[in-house]
Amino acid sequence: MKETPLHDLHVSLNARMVDFGGWDMPINYGSQIDEHHVIRQDAGMFDVSHMTIVDMKGDNVKAFLQKLLANDVAKLQREGKALYSCMLNEQGGVIDDLITYYINDTFYRTVVNASTREKDLAWINKQAKAFAVEVTERDDYAMIAVQGPNARAKAHKALGDDAEDKLNEMKPFFIRDYGDIAVARTGYTGEDGYEIMVPEKDASALWTRLLEAEVKPCGLGARDTLRLEAGMNLYGSDMDETISPLECGLNWTVAWEPTERDFIGRTAITKQKEQGVQRKLVGLVLEGKGVIRNHQKIFSNGEEVGEVTSGSFSPTLSQAIAFARVPKDMPDTCQIEMRGKQIEASVVKIPFVRNGKSCL
Amino acid sequence: MSNIPTELRYTKSHEWVRLEEDGTLTVGITDHAQALLGDLVFVETPEVEDTFTSGDDCAVIESVKAASDVYSPVDGEVVEGNEALADAPEIINHDAYGDGWIFKLKPEDDGAFSELLSSDEYAEIVAEEDH
Repeated sequence: MKETPLHDLHVSLNARMVDFGGWDMPINYGSQIDEHHVIRQDAGMFDVSHMTIVDMKGDNVKAFLQKLLANDVAKLQREGKALYSCMLNEQGGVIDDLITYYINDTFYRTVVNASTREKDLAWINKQAKAFAVEVTERDDYAMIAVQGPNARAKAHKALGDDAEDKLNEMKPFFIRDYGDIAVARTGYTGEDGYEIMVPEKDASALWTRLLEAEVKPCGLGARDTLRLEAGMNLYGSDMDETISPLECGLNWTVAWEPTERDFIGRTAITKQKEQGVQRKLVGLVLEGKGVIRNHQKIFSNGEEVGEVTSGSFSPTLSQAIAFARVPKDMPDTCQIEMRGKQIEASVVKIPFVRNGKSCL
Repeated sequence: MSNIPTELRYTKSHEWVRLEEDGTLTVGITDHAQALLGDLVFVETPEVEDTFTSGDDCAVIESVKAASDVYSPVDGEVVEGNEALADAPEIINHDAYGDGWIFKLKPEDDGAFSELLSSDEYAEIVAEEDH
């Protein structure tokens, strides 16, 4: 199995390690629920070095990304600004979701999922040829996500004496260099914080300084319940190559204007939009006790109408929550088949939790 | 290493069983089982007077990660369920062999307890699983 530069530190911290798409990663360091609360209330950190950083450079890099992505990098007017987007195939299905950072006019950086690394790189390289864009995987970087209401203040302490001066003014969804390190004010938890890209050789020292600054190590188990509460999709569960962004709650990430921008998948999803999108992603809250699991069936008026794409227990709400794919005209309540019984659930607006507070 | 008290008996499906002075059996899940499941968030205990045969599923425990059945270790009738678990299932994570007990059973056959796995036998099963 593949290991990140922080692997030995996780083991020394008594992490429970699991196979995470071929990577030996910490699922928790004791209690996944405690780690979840730490990030909602204070500051925690994840090793996300398994994620793939890809640098794209060239004179035509902007035009290339306008073709590659369903969202439009032309929205990025200020250097360092980030954009969330889907990368579609010709059929309008989602190859991956990713964040793209505008570094300068000839240099953009993107972070894609770990599980989709190979197909993403193959696809990006294939499309890049016509634009003479140079594509480089930055596997020389480790990545640590520091998240929570106190995450930035604690990260500044760990990063260095002038970190607060240099980074404090940076707005959400921006990236900035700090020495050899790149600090992005992004994340996957619904809290404030940083994703820090650090040269591999310096990763352990940074992790240790973050520990000294009282940032608690958190496993990927908590990362999943945090992103679910925050209403963020997980690639491979909530969408894949057979699902368009219009069917998984990501309409807002598609830039339809300008109409002449010919991004990959545009023809297919335009047709889908004109014909009417039949399925949608909704949030569900379980009315009874139990935990909703992926792939459980959704029933409405006695008929099977869909399935759970991401289900879990929300530590913030002390209730089971889920995303489910259902027909577009779904009523406000449904039943979930759980362990042979049908349990009532309510359809709710996503997100479930924002900045530590319930949205229900 | 898992904590496996020597005075208890065990099942292959990771229940522990304690013989009480009045002849009833207290049943829970082992420290190894709770560690595998992770944070527990929901426990459904059996009803008093429910009767089970050895191997019947009689309780459900759910963690953030997975749902798991608890099986009756012997033939018998339920005399008590641990009601504290309804509001605080995490007791099992913190004290699997103490306050985290799940139910008490009056065994049909008084000799059934001694036929369950010893701590050494159970330790071997855990060691094999860890490989």
